[in-house]
Amino acid sequence: MSTPSPLHAVHEALGASFTDFAGWAMPLRYGSELAEHKAVRTAAGLFDLSHMGEIELTGPEAARALDYALVGKLSAVKPGKARYTMICDADGGVLDDLVVYRLAAEKYLVVANASNGPAVAAALRERAEEFDVTVDDRSADVALIAVQGPTSAAIIGAVTDADLDALAYYASVPTTLAGHDVLLARTGYTGEDGFEVYVDGPLAADVWQALTAAGEPHGLVPAGLACRDTLRLEAGMPLYGNELGADLTPFDAGLGRVVKFDKADGFVGQAALERRRDADVPERVLVGLVGTGRRAARHGYPVLDAGGAEIGTVTSGALSPTLGHPIALAYVPVAVSAPGTALSVDIRGTVAPVEVVKLPFYQRPA
Amino acid sequence: MSYPENLRYTEEHEWVDPADPTAAMVGVTKYAADSLGDVVFVQLPDVGAKLTAGEPCGEIESTKSVSDLYAPVAGVVVEINEAIVDTPELVNTDPFGDGWLFRVRIEGTAELLSVDEYLEHIKEDGS
Repeated sequence: MSTPSPLHAVHEALGASFTDFAGWAMPLRYGSELAEHKAVRTAAGLFDLSHMGEIELTGPEAARALDYALVGKLSAVKPGKARYTMICDADGGVLDDLVVYRLAAEKYLVVANASNGPAVAAALRERAEEFDVTVDDRSADVALIAVQGPTSAAIIGAVTDADLDALAYYASVPTTLAGHDVLLARTGYTGEDGFEVYVDGPLAADVWQALTAAGEPHGLVPAGLACRDTLRLEAGMPLYGNELGADLTPFDAGLGRVVKFDKADGFVGQAALERRRDADVPERVLVGLVGTGRRAARHGYPVLDAGGAEIGTVTSGALSPTLGHPIALAYVPVAVSAPGTALSVDIRGTVAPVEVVKLPFYQRPA
Repeated sequence: MSYPENLRYTEEHEWVDPADPTAAMVGVTKYAADSLGDVVFVQLPDVGAKLTAGEPCGEIESTKSVSDLYAPVAGVVVEINEAIVDTPELVNTDPFGDGWLFRVRIEGTAELLSVDEYLEHIKEDGS
């Protein structure tokens, strides 16, 4: 039995198709996922992301605890700012990728993927034991609503007095929105300008309706998880379970920059990640591939070299709704990872040519 | 949308128009189209291809997934819907009309479902 989002009745009234996502029944699409994708690129989309995990760390040593528990240096993040980071195991394998908001000097909000939320909360509790900090998993109580797209600032601006010009990318501010207390953040997973609204579950429907009304003149449409996946793929953003997993380090995914070694007290996974950083030849790296035609290489499909030998694996792929051609993320050997390299993919027995490209596939107009 | 009563259906969500068994039109149902999401590519069998009932004869790709297309009947493909190649979204917008996939010369008899039997089947499918 899937857990319903606090917005379930709203989605049902909108005629959503639901999907089970990590034990949550979440909207997959409301109508056409291609139309929803396009709306986010050209106007705005309204997403329910209440399945995401929200874990609060509060206490005098919250910063020190997170510096030890995560690969990032969260003590260096100023209150009101956020950071993309990861939690790794002792072997350097990625347990989850996270967005961590510093809400105050002694208070952080860790946002985890739905599938990993309980494991992340458990790991944080265990790793925080030696520190003066309280770990509170609020995932079941907190709803998350995102407004993403070029008109999102106009929409959010209509329902809050918060100064959005002062709210930079990866910043957050506690404010009121539609009369309710929320945490408003300028973050997202679509490659567009956008906002995420953290609000208590019982208030979520009210906030959703207020955003829907405010968004009407700005082309806002409800958008499901199907288009969220194609949006993040076009933006070259990794998805845990596809590009990231416990068998991979942040360096494998090309995200070694999130690992900060200059932390006084060390961190979980440090020794293994130092070895991986210093290795002369990484075994594989994540690259972008583009193809022709309409057939996409998908998760798990083999990547082949010029001689037809299997050399890598596709982790995510789709026919890009914005670009009109197939795109994919794949792990391949470093020797064939340079942009412009010609490779091919095995699409259920048909060999299709692809070219390595620089990520992201899509970047929003400046 | 109502399901046409003149058509026959399969448990794999194809439909066949049996009116002309020498060129019976084949497509996928509204239920299949809705479950797939936006169709972005359809791989059809070639004209002249010999089909075995219940065996895969093509593929339908949506943004999120790939599904086999099963031959609803045995026979030989006599025509394909060329429009589907460039506008695969016809499968979503008009699954029982312009979204038809191919025509087949039926060989032998086929066990197909009536509209009532099919509707009962998708109800059991749990959606």
